[in-house]
Amino acid sequence: MGWLAGIILLLIKLGVVLVVLLTAAAYLVYVERKLLSRLQIRLGPNRAGPFGLLQPLADALKLLTKEDLVPEGADRFIFLYAPGVVAASALLIFAVIPFGRGWMFMGHEIPMVVSDLNVGLLYVFAFSSLGVYGVALGGWASNSKYSLMGGIRGVAQMISYELSLGLSLVPVVMLARSFSLVDIVAAQAHYPFIVLQPVAFILFFISAGAEIKRIPFDIPEAENELVAGFHTEYSGMRFGLFFLGEYVTMVVLGSLVAVFFLGGWRGPLLPPLVWFSIKVLAVVLVLIWIRGTLPRLRYDQLMHLGWKVLIPLGLINIVVTGGVLLWWGS
Amino acid sequence: MPGEKNRLLRVTEGLVALIQGFWTTFIHLFRKPITEEYPEYKRPLPPRSRARIILTRDPDFEERCVACYLCSASCPVSCISMQSAERADGRRYAAWFRINFSRCIYCGLCEEACPTLAIQLTPDFETCQYDLLTLVAEKEDLLVDHGGKNQEYNYYRYAGVLVDGDKGGHIQEARPVNLKSNLP
Repeated sequence: MGWLAGIILLLIKLGVVLVVLLTAAAYLVYVERKLLSRLQIRLGPNRAGPFGLLQPLADALKLLTKEDLVPEGADRFIFLYAPGVVAASALLIFAVIPFGRGWMFMGHEIPMVVSDLNVGLLYVFAFSSLGVYGVALGGWASNSKYSLMGGIRGVAQMISYELSLGLSLVPVVMLARSFSLVDIVAAQAHYPFIVLQPVAFILFFISAGAEIKRIPFDIPEAENELVAGFHTEYSGMRFGLFFLGEYVTMVVLGSLVAVFFLGGWRGPLLPPLVWFSIKVLAVVLVLIWIRGTLPRLRYDQLMHLGWKVLIPLGLINIVVTGGVLLWWGS
Repeated sequence: MPGEKNRLLRVTEGLVALIQGFWTTFIHLFRKPITEEYPEYKRPLPPRSRARIILTRDPDFEERCVACYLCSASCPVSCISMQSAERADGRRYAAWFRINFSRCIYCGLCEEACPTLAIQLTPDFETCQYDLLTLVAEKEDLLVDHGGKNQEYNYYRYAGVLVDGDKGGHIQEARPVNLKSNLP
């Protein structure tokens, strides 16, 4: 009886999280288009429904009904499943992110997280690395020079920035003394880690921006050089899956920044879920603002920033944090 | 060390530039969008914009077109066809005149070629149709009741008519020069 209730509860939680996440990703596209257009003193989508609110629905319908094209000479199997890798790895990361305080329901506590892994942070890194496969395989299997170039660039960029992404979070783990994301949020009961670790926050933000391949780090899909990079040859819903993966990753990134540096779901007055949403939305809005402001980095500038600036800074940050912790004692 | 100071200066400059950039885009968030929403607001187009083609009439309400085939010959996509005919008084006209707008590229060469200002392009560009055949315009679709860009011009007052009277009596024709009195 107990395990049956557990499985039902898990399925319900999975369903709710999936629906919310997918809807959030779809409307994130709308928010991005709207905000970006206002940053560029345009109006943005305003035709489908009031204020263009039905635009994501219309886009999804369009993508679903379009022809799913496989280019001649493409590695058919890999070509077809690469977008799934991107979307799935993005969605799966959210499994370990705590998005609220546990609810008491019929005498049992229901934790507001799909799975409280004790190696949650490693799990996050594992799946953000798996996302690279989607890019690499999609680019390689397309049998197109632009896709291949985009894929190669994507792999080089994501592997480089994975290092600084990992290094930037080591001090957080040192402070929280746990890999579990729930424990990391619990460790920020008094003050968020952004106060203690501003350098780590900036490092994480920049590297995460490069991980999700957004402007100014969008050289894997640089329009003016590579048509659309690794997803040049994709059409219909497979292109949609790449797109979906990108925007889900944006939500996930917002959640990770909230969990690691902004205190997760903690906040005064408002309920935890609302606080969590506000923090995620704030990070996402900043990402859109960055997209509206900065130009794309050149390839060598990107590598220079990753290897010669961010990684040394991350290492120094770890050493300093370790030294201070040792000095302070605990 | 001078090198160190230089690097510090560069970092500061970069930071200032970053803040300036973000501030600029942030300010633009509160500016009025410059978008003109098309179906609701139609921007008045310049009178010489090239779109739908018309056949105009002269001030005497006669058709200007004399079916000289020059527009048809100059058309790079061969979308103009016609059949010339002659009236009892000797004036030529087009028995039928057809423009296939599904082929027209709106280059305006027909208008340039026309000696009588008959064929003209108008700024009216909203001519989309679902069926290509409905884009084939016959003479009655093309003919309008006005003179288009030049209401006064009448080809037959300038050319193609017999001049009765003295030399220099025609419109815009100078009097003949008297050779005897034109000495320096």
